[in-house]
Amino acid sequence: MKQFKAFVRKEFYHVFRDPKTLLLLFGMPIAQIILFGFALTNEIKNSKIVIVDYAQDEASRRISEKIEASANFEVAQKLLSHREIEEAFKSGTIKMAVVFPNKFNYHLNHEGKAQIQIIADASDPNTATTLSNYANAIIKDCQKSLVPAGQKGLNINTEVRMIYNPELKGVYNFVPGVMALVLLLVGVLMTSVSIVREKEMGTMEVLLVSPFNPLLVIVSKAIPYFFLSLINLTIILILSSTLMEMPINGSLFLLYFASSILILTALALGLLISNSTDSQQAAMLISLMAMLMPTLLFTGFLFPLENMPMPLQIVANFLPSKWYYIIVKSVMIKGLGWASVWKEILILMGMTTFLVVLSVKKFKIRLA
Amino acid sequence: MLAVTLDKIIKVYDKGHLAVDEVSFSVKQGELFGLIGPDGAGKTSIFRILTTLLLPDGGKASVMGFDVEDDFKKIRETVGYMPGKFSLYPDLSVEENLTFFATLFNTTLAENYDLIKDIYVQIEPFKDRRAGKLSGGMKQKLALCCALIHRPTVLFLDEPTTGVDTVSRKEFWEMLKRLKTQGITILVSTPYMDEATLCERIALIQDGKILSIDEPQNIIAQYPDPLYAIKSERMSELLKHLRKHPEIKSCFAFGEYHHISFKKDDEAVHKSLLQSLETKGHKQLDFKTMEPSIEDCFIRLMN
Repeated sequence: MKQFKAFVRKEFYHVFRDPKTLLLLFGMPIAQIILFGFALTNEIKNSKIVIVDYAQDEASRRISEKIEASANFEVAQKLLSHREIEEAFKSGTIKMAVVFPNKFNYHLNHEGKAQIQIIADASDPNTATTLSNYANAIIKDCQKSLVPAGQKGLNINTEVRMIYNPELKGVYNFVPGVMALVLLLVGVLMTSVSIVREKEMGTMEVLLVSPFNPLLVIVSKAIPYFFLSLINLTIILILSSTLMEMPINGSLFLLYFASSILILTALALGLLISNSTDSQQAAMLISLMAMLMPTLLFTGFLFPLENMPMPLQIVANFLPSKWYYIIVKSVMIKGLGWASVWKEILILMGMTTFLVVLSVKKFKIRLA
Repeated sequence: MLAVTLDKIIKVYDKGHLAVDEVSFSVKQGELFGLIGPDGAGKTSIFRILTTLLLPDGGKASVMGFDVEDDFKKIRETVGYMPGKFSLYPDLSVEENLTFFATLFNTTLAENYDLIKDIYVQIEPFKDRRAGKLSGGMKQKLALCCALIHRPTVLFLDEPTTGVDTVSRKEFWEMLKRLKTQGITILVSTPYMDEATLCERIALIQDGKILSIDEPQNIIAQYPDPLYAIKSERMSELLKHLRKHPEIKSCFAFGEYHHISFKKDDEAVHKSLLQSLETKGHKQLDFKTMEPSIEDCFIRLMN
């Protein structure tokens, strides 16, 4: 135990005495939070939506058909109760709901105006705006064709409701993404580089030729980075909630719990990388290539996964960051609890266990 | 019991390079044993096999009776190892390095202070300085302190004097002699032939093969022919002419002289050689007898 403490203390010395490490550790999250704050546009196809038709009359049916015919939408179900709509939004199976009120046709024909409600899941603000705009355009188009010859114009009002993120803030999208990115990058990069540095300096040889259990070398290396990553996470959360007014609607404990699992995944990955390389540069390069690109592409915060071809969507399933991203969005923005994200948490835990076991198995107690 | 034994140890690296080729030798307890050979001879591989860092591809080896493969944990508890590369934390101070390694080996600086005292007092004035900012000789002393801190039974020093100035090298060997009196078995490797005579026994190694194992004096005594040194003002041509001369048995450049031995060694042969060199235009010829050194023995064994 004394050995262990001495080792952990030594690791902290390494971190705090190296300005480059410090900059990477704490500069990167701040820079990314600020950099990723700029708008990202996406084109959206085949978004799952529902049409809730309380009217069931001629006009509502004609508009529904038009919406169904559009390539932008994939209508999942028709006629749901309001409670079911909410469930569908929370589980993430639908992105938008179009609601026709009772007597839609009657109002249209007798009063010359009627209302349609569009509810969009704005936790992804870009998608929500785009989808509601598509729906609006279709409805306006129908409005003209519904007018019988020689009659004066009809007026359909669409009432758009953005739920979860009424102000359509971009931060809602990228903060969870940056959290995943920073935790993974810092964890993987720091562990792999710090282990490979010991190899490069030759100190690994001395550590191995000591009574200290080689696995504890690794564990004691992971501990400082685990805590530093948690500090990092706190910095991101404070920055995003104060500067960008990002809400934390769900349980903070759940958020930290999920993050801890992701950090463990990152540490295990870093250990795996350090096993197969002997120079710090190589370790850094592999960490960046292996983490940065896939995390950016397949997490879903830059490019919606729904729009990707099937093979890529399958690839995304193997990335821990995808599941972490879903958890963070659900917890932070939608305010959901354990009951809603247990599946994702289990998947993430499974991946972590697999990686930790693999990296420990692969760890070499000798030089070659 | 022998402190270290190697029995036909083989180490093959990728691409089939045979780094250690059936090496066998043993080191007695309390002995100062030197492994002498040029870079790439296989010294570090042998050290890594003995310190359980590499597995041999053939043969058996043991340290203090423990097998390097099966009982590697036992070996790691008892030996001290100083790798060839400077293996301390440059961002930690002298004292922090020492304390860290002491704790790593379940001991404290105070517990074995008497063992390292002689060495430590020399670096103590700099104990708050970062190890990376020390001079080469100081670093090496600190590394030795770290390797000794747990009073190892066998101390492995892989090229401890490479890249260290002459004065520090001399001091270092003095320290090793003092450590020997404490009963610690020391296995040291070096590419410097002049350090060979400072060991009790040496093994000369080249291309993964042991050329000779004995006390340095015995190896020198076994040099078969009388050895001579010769020089003129045109050394490279002199070497060419010597090699062409029919009476010359061996001839190689050695510092400012060429070392030669004759097939048939007598005054007449010496005279005829000097005459023939003078007719070839060599001036200021200096010819004298020479005590063979370990390096001469090494070169002879190598060919």
